[in-house]
Amino acid sequence: MSLLNDLINLDLTDSTDKIIAEYIWIGGSGMDLRSKARTLPGPVSDPSKLPKWNYDGSSTNQAPGDDSEVILYPQAIFKDPFRRGNNILVMCDAYTPAGEPIPTNKRFNAAKIFSHPDVVAEEPWYGIEQEYTLLQKDTKWPVGWPVGGFPGPQGPYYCGVGADKSFGRDIVDSHYKACLYAGVNISGINGEVMPGQWEFQVGPSVGISAGDQIWIARYILERITEIAGAVLSFDPKPIPGDWNGAGAHTNYSTKSMRNDGGFDIIKKAIEKLGLRHKEHISAYGEGNERRLTGRHETADINTFSWGVANRGASVRVGRDTEKDGKGYFEDRRPASNMDPYVVTSMIAETTIIWKP
Amino acid sequence: MSLLTDLINLNLSDCTNKIIAEYIWIGGSGMDLRSKARTLSGPVADPSKLPKWNYDGSSTGQAPGEDSEVILYPQAIFRDPFRRGNNILVMCDAYTPGGEPIPTNKRCNAAKIFSHPDVAAEEAWYGIEQEYTLLQKDVKWPIGWPLGGYPGPQGPYYCGVGVDKAYGRDIVDSHYKACLYAGINISGINGEVMPGQWEFQVGPSVGISAGDELWVARYILERITEIAGVVLSFDPKPIQGDWNGAGAHTNYSTKSMRNDGGYEVIKKAIEKLGLRHKEHIAAYGEGNERRLTGRHETADINTFLWGVANRGASIRVGRDTEKAGKGYFEDRRPASNMDPYVVTSMIAETTILWKP
Repeated sequence: MSLLNDLINLDLTDSTDKIIAEYIWIGGSGMDLRSKARTLPGPVSDPSKLPKWNYDGSSTNQAPGDDSEVILYPQAIFKDPFRRGNNILVMCDAYTPAGEPIPTNKRFNAAKIFSHPDVVAEEPWYGIEQEYTLLQKDTKWPVGWPVGGFPGPQGPYYCGVGADKSFGRDIVDSHYKACLYAGVNISGINGEVMPGQWEFQVGPSVGISAGDQIWIARYILERITEIAGAVLSFDPKPIPGDWNGAGAHTNYSTKSMRNDGGFDIIKKAIEKLGLRHKEHISAYGEGNERRLTGRHETADINTFSWGVANRGASVRVGRDTEKDGKGYFEDRRPASNMDPYVVTSMIAETTIIWKP
Repeated sequence: MSLLTDLINLNLSDCTNKIIAEYIWIGGSGMDLRSKARTLSGPVADPSKLPKWNYDGSSTGQAPGEDSEVILYPQAIFRDPFRRGNNILVMCDAYTPGGEPIPTNKRCNAAKIFSHPDVAAEEAWYGIEQEYTLLQKDVKWPIGWPLGGYPGPQGPYYCGVGVDKAYGRDIVDSHYKACLYAGINISGINGEVMPGQWEFQVGPSVGISAGDELWVARYILERITEIAGVVLSFDPKPIQGDWNGAGAHTNYSTKSMRNDGGYEVIKKAIEKLGLRHKEHIAAYGEGNERRLTGRHETADINTFLWGVANRGASIRVGRDTEKAGKGYFEDRRPASNMDPYVVTSMIAETTILWKP
C-alpha cells in the first residue's frame, strides 16, 4: 500500500496552484456526516469567498427525488490533515434552492441565537467533552474486547496504559495531532472508564464556532477510524450493564460568570436550566434515557441536580470556580450523539435570553 | 496503517506554537500508571510554570464519587518520545483540593526527606536496576515461551542473542532510545536470566529525581509494550519454580561514601540497614516473599547479610569499592514492583537521619 500512500501524500504545491476543498455537511439523520471534494483554482482562507455548492438530497433523506438539490453554504474553513498542503476542509450547512434552511439544518437557528445582541455581549465560551466508543469492524463489539465475551470489570482503563488496558490509542493520538493541524481548538484527550471508550475536548470556543469545531473534529475522527478499520460509535450507552455510557459534557461560561461576582450569575443560570430541564433533555440526544440512570457517574434523567465536584449531578461546578467566586459550570446531561449547534445555543438561550 | 502513522508523526511546529503535555500519575494500587493529555499554548521547560490539573479520582480508587476531584501537581518534565517536537511528558503527584497529599502519594514524603539539610548535604546518588517480564497478551504467559509448556532451563538467556534465546528485543531497544530522547538518565540494558525477562538501569540520579526518572521510564515502557501488543509485568516472581524472579536492585552512595574513607561510612550504613531489615522489607514491594527465597541469586527474606561480590546477599559491595576504599553499595532486596520514591527515601532516611 506504500505506492498508494506516496500518491495520497503527493505535495501538489510544486506543480500547481490548485487546491482541493472537502465540503462537509450533516445528513438526514442529524448525525450522519457526508462530504465530497472539489478543485478550486487557488488557496482560500475566507469562507465567504468559497462558492456555494449543492448535493443530491434524495440520497441523504433530505429532499424528494423530483426536487433533490440541496444547497451547501460554506461556513468555516479548516486545514485538511489528510491532504495537507493548501487543501482545506469546509464545514457547511444546508438550504433549499430558495434559501430556506432545510429541517435538519440546526446551525441556522443556533447562529441566530448567537447573533442576538444580549448573547453577543456575554461572549459565551464552550468546552465540549466528546466521548465515543471504538468498535471492531464486522462484529460491532468494542475494540480490545474478546469476541463473544467481556473484558475484566471497569477500574484499570480510565487513563490507563498498556496493551491490556488501553485499546485504540493510535486512533486517538493521530486524531489529536490532525485536529491541531486542522486548526480545531482541541484541548485534550483521555482514555475513558469503559475499555475501548475515549474522550477528546474542544474549547474554549466562542458561540457558533463550538458547534463547527465539534462537527469537524467528529468528521476527522470518522476519517481516521475509516483508515484504521474500526467503527466509530456515538451511541450514549453502547453496552448495557455495568459499563459506562458516553456523554458530551458541555462546559459553559459567559463574560459575567468569568468576572468577579460570577458565582452568583452561575447559580442563577443553573436555576433557569433546572426550570427547563425537560426541554433541554429532549434536545440532548436520542437514547439518553439508557445512559442517564443515576449510576455510572450520571444523574437520573428525570432529576435535575447540581453540586460542586459532584459527578453524579446533572450540572457540576468545579472546586476552582467555587473557590475563586467566578468561572464556569459543566452541564453533564448531553449524550455523546447530541448536536452541538442545538446544545450550545439552547444553553445560551435559556441562561441569557429566556425569562422564567 | 501507514496513513495513521503519518498523522501520529505530524510535526506540528510548522503550523502552530501549541504543544501537547501528557500528565502522568500513579493510580490507586500504587503501581498502575495513568495519563491524559492537554494542549498548552507554547513550549514549557520549567515544571513550576505548568498549570496544576485534576482528574476523576473516583475512577482510580482514589476519591469518592461525590467529591471526586484529585489535583495533579507537575513535578518533572521530559521530552515526549512518541509525539516528539516540543511535546512533553509531565510526572505529577496527587493532592486533595485542600492541598494535602492523598494517601497513595509517596513522592511528597520522599521529597521532604530529600530536602532535609543533612540529606541534601550528602547528595544521595541512586542507580536502580529495573527488571521486568514481557507476557503474551491474552494468555499472560511469558513471550517466547510455548503455550502450555516451558522453554529449556535457564542458562542460555542471560545477555543472550538469537531467535531462540532473546525474546522482545525490539521493545527493549526502542525503550532505550526513547528514554534517552526523553532525557531520562538510562545507563544500560541487558537480557535477564529468565527468558522473556529484561532489565534496564537508571542512574546515577540525585535524590528525588531517581524516583521521577524510574516512574517515567516505566511509563514509556508500558506505552511501548502497548504498541507492541505485549503485556508488561512487574511481578517479583512471575513463574514459580526454577525460574528467576524480578527485582529492582538499588545502588546507593552518599558524598561521604564516595570520598576517601568512604568504605567505613558504607559499613556503618549497612549496619543501620541491618537493624531496620523488617521495616525496609515491608516497604520493598508486595509479593517479595515469593522471590526472596535464598535461591536464584537472592537472600532469604528473613535474613539480612552483606558481602563483597556476593549475589546471594541482601546487600552486595562491589570489588572496586572494596579496593578503592570508597564507592557505593547495592541493596538487592527491593522487588521489581517497589515504589522508587519509598525505597530511595527510606534508604537515605535510615542511613543518614536514623539513629539506632
